[in-house]
Amino acid sequence: MERVPILKIGEILLVSIQIDMEDQVALQLQEDLAERVVATGCHGVVIDISALDIVDSFVGRTLATIASISRVLDAETVVVGMRPAVAITLVELGLSLPGIRTALNVELGMALLARDREAAGALDFAALDEEATSAAVDEP
Amino acid sequence: MSDGAERIEIGTDQDVVRVRQLVRTVAVAVKLSLVDQTKLVTAASELARNTLVYGGGGSVEVDRVDNGRRQGIRIVFADRGPGIADLDLALTDGYTTGNGLGLGLSGARRLVDEFAIDTAVGRGTTVTVTKWCR
Repeated sequence: MERVPILKIGEILLVSIQIDMEDQVALQLQEDLAERVVATGCHGVVIDISALDIVDSFVGRTLATIASISRVLDAETVVVGMRPAVAITLVELGLSLPGIRTALNVELGMALLARDREAAGALDFAALDEEATSAAVDEP
Repeated sequence: MSDGAERIEIGTDQDVVRVRQLVRTVAVAVKLSLVDQTKLVTAASELARNTLVYGGGGSVEVDRVDNGRRQGIRIVFADRGPGIADLDLALTDGYTTGNGLGLGLSGARRLVDEFAIDTAVGRGTTVTVTKWCR
């Protein structure tokens, strides 16, 4: 059985699906990604589907499941590169992929994740600052 | 009218991939638009998976058709599985007896121009779909 490779680029895992996946290959990718997220501690996953000429309900559901699993493991997923004809077909099929974030290409997807991370980091620091300030006030 | 149907036996996941590839090839040959190719291949993928998962395997036949005005593709998915007891329910969005999303049959129907289903409990199910060039 073929396997979809997962690349680590900085803090992000990048998956570019280049083959017409049989169902088992899609399920294997789901498992492999969960393991790599935990092993690397990456906070972002980018899945490039620009080479796919169709996304049926099985692949659509697999993408949604991957996004849910990653979120539980503290990683955000962005699906990038969907072709216009695929988007039209998916919506007509009845699958609008709620809960999946998308971007037009890999670069924009990576930028989206980086921005998210920065915003999350800024929030953390704000919380820390607040704690430090209140601690300082408490001191006699 | 036809210039020879092509047939694929469905027994494994890989056969579903072969159906997608065959339908894509024929769709390009009859010059369906890119969006219509995508819709038809997606519908074929859903229906071939149903043949495998619910029908326990079967066959798919892909044929070029011509109604005198337009060219098109007709695909017949046949299995000798358990059949569908309640067809209206099976065609409802979100209904499934398996663990899918329940969009295969109802979604595939929306993606093609003509959709016919012939099923009997204990005898199997045959789904015939047609997509015409615009």
